[in-house]
Amino acid sequence: MTEKIIAQFKLDYGTFKLDVDLQLPSSGITVLFGHSGSGKTTLLRCIAGLQHAQHGFLSINGKLWQDSNQQLFLPTHKRSLGYVFQDANLFAHLTVRGNLCYGLKRIGQTATTKKFNQVIELLGIEHLLERMPECLSGGERQRVAIARALVLNPDILLMDEPLASLDFKRKQEILPFLTRLHNELNIPLLYVTHSQQEVAQLADYLVLLADGKVQAAGLLADTLSRLYLPHAQDRQAASVWHVTVMEHEPAYHLTRVAFAGGDLSVPVIDAPLGTALRIQIYARDVSITLEVAKTTSILNVLPATITDIVDDETGQSLIRLRVGNQPLLAHITRKSAQKLALQTGMMVYVQIKGTSILN
Amino acid sequence: MLSAADIDTLWLTFKVASLATIILLLLGTPLAWWLVRSPFRWKSICNALVALPIVLPPSVLGFYLLILMSPTGVVGRLTTAVGLGTLPFTFTGLVVASVLYSMPFVVQPLQTAFTAIGNTPLEAAATLRASPLNTFFTVVLPLSRSGFLTAAILGFTHTVGEFGVVLMVGGNIPNRTRVVSVQIYNHVEAMEYSQAHGLAGVLLGFSFLVLLLLYSTLKTNPVSPLK
Repeated sequence: MTEKIIAQFKLDYGTFKLDVDLQLPSSGITVLFGHSGSGKTTLLRCIAGLQHAQHGFLSINGKLWQDSNQQLFLPTHKRSLGYVFQDANLFAHLTVRGNLCYGLKRIGQTATTKKFNQVIELLGIEHLLERMPECLSGGERQRVAIARALVLNPDILLMDEPLASLDFKRKQEILPFLTRLHNELNIPLLYVTHSQQEVAQLADYLVLLADGKVQAAGLLADTLSRLYLPHAQDRQAASVWHVTVMEHEPAYHLTRVAFAGGDLSVPVIDAPLGTALRIQIYARDVSITLEVAKTTSILNVLPATITDIVDDETGQSLIRLRVGNQPLLAHITRKSAQKLALQTGMMVYVQIKGTSILN
Repeated sequence: MLSAADIDTLWLTFKVASLATIILLLLGTPLAWWLVRSPFRWKSICNALVALPIVLPPSVLGFYLLILMSPTGVVGRLTTAVGLGTLPFTFTGLVVASVLYSMPFVVQPLQTAFTAIGNTPLEAAATLRASPLNTFFTVVLPLSRSGFLTAAILGFTHTVGEFGVVLMVGGNIPNRTRVVSVQIYNHVEAMEYSQAHGLAGVLLGFSFLVLLLLYSTLKTNPVSPLK
C-alpha cells in the first residue's frame, strides 16, 4: 500500500488550473507528457515543493511530504529528492566538483563515498571535475546536473525536460546515460517531456496531461496507443513493444525476437540471446489484410483484433489493434478501410513492414 | 603642502565614510534582498523612499534630519531618552546622516545584483538541501560579489563627497564634524586657494583611482545606481 507515489494537487492561477490525482509506480521511469501549458512542469514543481499547491497531498513510498488537511508542507530543502532543471542550472561560482559536493556537504557526506565514484563513472564526467560550468558544453552541463542530483542518493529523481535545450547531437549524447540510469536506478524517476521520441525510449509508465488535467495514465504500451487517437493525422504515431532476443539468423541479417503473443523478425541486433529490448513500430509501417497472404514479401504477418478506428480530415484512418496482449497502431487510407469494411471487433492480419530498435 | 588641520579633516572623512559604508552594507543587504524578493504590495513606496536622497537637494535632507534629531524632534527625544544626547553637530550624527544620504548608492547596486541572480540558483540550492539562510550565504553572496564591490565603493566615495548634509547636520567643528569637503569650502572662503588646491587635488585623485579600480576589476560595466 505504501510502496507507491500518491500525488494529488489542486492549484488555481486564474488562467491556469492544475487538478490531478495520480498513483504512480514506486520504481522505474514515469514520463509526464504533454504540450506546453499542459501543466506537466507545474506538477513536477509541486512534487518538488518549489511550488506550493493550496490543496495537495503527496506521499512518496510511504513518506508524507504534503497534506494540506494537516497543514503539512515540507519545504523543498527537507525533501529527499534530486531535481534536474531544463537548463542544468549549475552554480556558476563553483567548479564541477564544487557543484557535486554542494548537496553532499548538506547531508553530512563527503565526495569519498562509493556512490559518488559510481555516479561520476556512470555519467562519464571524471575529466570535468575541476572545470568551471562556463567551460562545459550544454550536454556536459546536463550530465553534471544529473550527477549532482544522483550523488545525494535521493528517494525520488525529478527531471524537467533535461534534453529540451540541447541540439540533436547533444541529445544523442545524453540519452544513452538516461537509458543506463533506467537499468541501474532503483528509485522512481519522474521525467517531464514533450518529445514522443523520449517517451518511446524511456517511459515505463506514461501520464498524459492536457490543460492541467490527467487525460490518461498507465503502462507505456497501452497509454501510448491512446496518445495518438485524438490526432489520427499524426505521422509520428507509433507503438512500442517490449521484446526479448530469441534467435539470430546471420545468413539473412535478421534476428527473431519474442513478444507477449508471438514473435517477429527484425533487422539483426547485436545483442546476446535473452536480452530485453524495446522496439518501435510506426503506424505508417503497418498494413492490414483480411486473410494470410501466401505471396507477400512481408515477413511479419500476425493475427490481430481491431479495437478502435479513428478517421481524420485528410482521408486517413488510424486503426488501433491488439496483437495478443500488445496494442498496435496502423495508419491506412480511409478508402482501404472502407474497401475491407473494417469494424471494431474484427479479426484481421497485420503486416509489419519495418521496426526500429530503441535500445 | 597640507596643514595639520587638513590632515585631520582627511582622517575624519575617512572614519565617517568607512563607518557609514560598513553600516550601509549591514543594513542595505537585508533591505535590498527584501525589496527584490518580497511580494509586498506597497514595496514601491519603500523603493521611492530609498531613492529619495538621489533627487533631493542635500540641504533639504539635512534640514529634515536636523529637525528630527533636535531635542524636540522624534529621533532627538529618543536618543536623549536612551542617554545618547542629541545627535546634531556630533560625529555620530554625521555618520547617521551619511548612512541615509548614501543609502541608494549601496542598496540599488545590491538590488540589481540580486535581481540578476534570479530564482533558479535558489531553487537549485533548495533541491540540494540548503536552507534559505544557507543559500543566501553560499550562493547569493558569492554570485553577487561585483554588486557588493560596486555598492561598497559607491557608498564610500559618495560619503566622502557629501557637503550639504554635513553642513546642515554636522556643522563645521574641527576634529568632530569638519570633513574634507567643508574644509575646502573654508579655504576658498578664506581665499586660501593653494591649500584648497591641495585638498581638492587629493579628493580628485582619490576618486579617480577608486573608480578606475572599480571599472578595471569588473569585466562588465558596474551596475549603475539608477538603472
